[in-house]
Amino acid sequence: MTSLAEPAAPREAVAPELGRRALSGRRRVTDLVATVLIWIAVVIAVIPIALVMYYVIVKGGRVISWEFLTARIPRQLANPGGGIGPAIVGTVLMTGVASLLSIPLGVLGAIYLNEYGKQGTLARTIRLMADVMTGVPSIVMGLFIYAAVVLSTEQSGLAGALALACLMLPVIIRSSEEMFKLVPDELRQASLALGARKWRTILTVVLPAAISGIASGALLAIARAAGETASIVLVVGLTQRVNWHLSGSNTALPVQIYRNATEPFQAATDRAWGAALTLVVIVMITTLIGRLIASRFATKERE
Amino acid sequence: MTQSFEPAGKLRLRARGFGAASDRSFSALSLGAGCLVLAILALILITTLREAWPALTYSGLTFITSSKWVPLEVNGAGPVYGALAFAYGTAVVSLIALIFAVPVSIGIALFLTELAPKRLRSTVVTIIDLLASVPSVVFGLWGIIVIGPALVKIYNPVHDAVGGVPVIGKLFGEPVSSGRGFMTAGVIVAIMIIPIITSITREVYATVPESEKHAALALGATRWEMIRGAVFPHSFGGMVGAIMLGLGRAMGETIAVALTIGAATQLTPNLFASGNTLASVIALNFGDPGVPPGRSALIACGVLLFAITIVINYGARVVVRRAEIRMRGAAA
Repeated sequence: MTSLAEPAAPREAVAPELGRRALSGRRRVTDLVATVLIWIAVVIAVIPIALVMYYVIVKGGRVISWEFLTARIPRQLANPGGGIGPAIVGTVLMTGVASLLSIPLGVLGAIYLNEYGKQGTLARTIRLMADVMTGVPSIVMGLFIYAAVVLSTEQSGLAGALALACLMLPVIIRSSEEMFKLVPDELRQASLALGARKWRTILTVVLPAAISGIASGALLAIARAAGETASIVLVVGLTQRVNWHLSGSNTALPVQIYRNATEPFQAATDRAWGAALTLVVIVMITTLIGRLIASRFATKERE
Repeated sequence: MTQSFEPAGKLRLRARGFGAASDRSFSALSLGAGCLVLAILALILITTLREAWPALTYSGLTFITSSKWVPLEVNGAGPVYGALAFAYGTAVVSLIALIFAVPVSIGIALFLTELAPKRLRSTVVTIIDLLASVPSVVFGLWGIIVIGPALVKIYNPVHDAVGGVPVIGKLFGEPVSSGRGFMTAGVIVAIMIIPIITSITREVYATVPESEKHAALALGATRWEMIRGAVFPHSFGGMVGAIMLGLGRAMGETIAVALTIGAATQLTPNLFASGNTLASVIALNFGDPGVPPGRSALIACGVLLFAITIVINYGARVVVRRAEIRMRGAAA
C-alpha cells in the first residue's frame, strides 16, 4: 500500500474529482430523496408512540387515584365512580399462574432443544413449530381454551391463566434456547469431566450460567401476557368483585379497557384511560426490569 | 510395579443403576416439555375443529362462499352463517396495514443499519421496543376515541377529491362519521406491526457482508446506490419473510381491530366503510352469538383464521431460515 502512495505526487494535477459535486444531478437527487425518505420513516414511527403515550398519561393521569385503583367495578359502566381493583387482582393472578406454568415447562423444552435434541429431526421440528406457535393469533388460543377447558368446566381465572400460558410457552422456549446457546461448552465439559451426570450438569452449571438471560426473556413474555386481551375476553367471564381464586369468573385490566372503550359514556371512557395508564405502567415496569437484567447479562458476556 | 495396572478391571465407567435412571428420566422430562408445543398445536386444531363441526356441516360450502351472516331466524327461515365478508375484511385490513407498514419498517431498518449516528441508533431502537410493548387494547382505545374521529377529517376531503373518479373513486367512498372502518383499523394495525417487520429486516440487513458494501462504495456508488446494489439483493428473501410475519400478525390482530372497524357485515370496495374481520367478529359476537350453531360458526371463523395464519407463518419461517442459511454461507 505504502509503495503505491509514494509516486502519487506527480499525478496530483490530474487527480479526479471524487466529491459529491462530481456526481450527476440525477444521482445526487436520488440519494438525497432516499435519505430524506428514510428519515421520514423514522419520524412516522415516532409520532404514534408519542401520541399514544401522551393521551394515556394525560387522560389516564386525571382519573388515577388510590380510590380508583382499589374500588370495585361499578355494575353500570355508564355511572361515574367505582374503580378497577378486581381487574388489577385478576391480571396479577392470571399472569402469575401463567408464568408458574409456562416458565418451567418452557425452560425444560429449551433444555431439550439445546442439550438433547440439538440438530435432530424432532428438535428441528419443535423449533420450527414453536416459531409457528408464536404466530398463532391470541383469539384462536382463546377459542382453544374455550373449547378444551371452559366447555367442560366454567369461565374462570384458571382458563385465562391457561390461555396466557399457551401464548407464553413458545416465546419462553425460543428465548431460553438462545440463552443456553451462549453458555460455553467448556463449562459443560468441565462438569462432565468431574463426573457429574448430565442432568446435574444442566441444572447446576448450564442453567445458573444462563439464568439472567432466561429471566429477562421471561419478563418480556410476562409483559406481553399482561396486556393480552382477545383470549382473556372469551374465557374468564366477568366479575365486579375481587376474586383471588382460580375458579369462578374473573376479570383483567385489558378486559376492562375493552369493555369501557365500547361504551359511549364519558364515565366509561375516563375509566378506560385510567385502566390503560395502569396497564401501561405495569407492562413498562416489567419490560424495563427485563431489559435491565438483559443489559447486565450482556456486559458480563463481554468481560 | 507391573502389577499396579490390575485395578483397571474394577473401574466402572458405564452408566448403571440409579444414576443412569435419573439421567434417563430427566431427558424424558425435557423431551416431554419440548413435545408439548407439538401437542398444543395438534390440540388446538382438534378441539376447535370439533366445536366448529356443527356450523361447518350446517353451512357447508356456503360458509366460505356466502357473505350473509344472519344469526337469527327470520320468518321461519333458519340462520345463515357465511364468513366471506369477514375473510374479505381480514384481507383488506391486513393489506392496508402492509402498504403503510412495509415502507416505514424498511426505512427504519435502513436507518438503523446504514444511516444512524451511534447515539441516535439506541434511541430509535428503544422507541421501536416501546412501540412493541404497548398492549393492543391500548392502541384500540386510542384508535376509537382519538384517531377514528381525527382521520374522518382526512377521509372527507379525500372522498370529495377522488370519489368521482371511475374505479379508484369506488375505493374512497362515503366515510362513516365515527371514522370506524377498514382504513382506520388498517392504520392502527400498521402501527402495531411496524416493530416486528423492522426488527427482522434489521437483522437481515445486518448480515450483509461489509466487504460488499465497501466494494459498492469504492466503485463510486452513492449510499442509496450501495443500498440498492448490495443490501437489497442480499436480503430479498429475509425481507419477504419479515413481511409475511407482519402479515400473519396483522391478520390475527383482534381487539384493536374490533374497536376500530365498526362491526358491519358487508362486501364493499369502499375503504372508508365499516366492516369486520375473522378475528374481530369472534371477539365482538362471542358473548351473544345468536341462534345455534352461532357460537360454533364463530369458532369455525377461528379455525379458518388459524389455518391461514399457520400457513403464512410456516412459509415465513421457512423463507427466513433459508435466507439466513444462504447468507451465512455467503458471509463465511
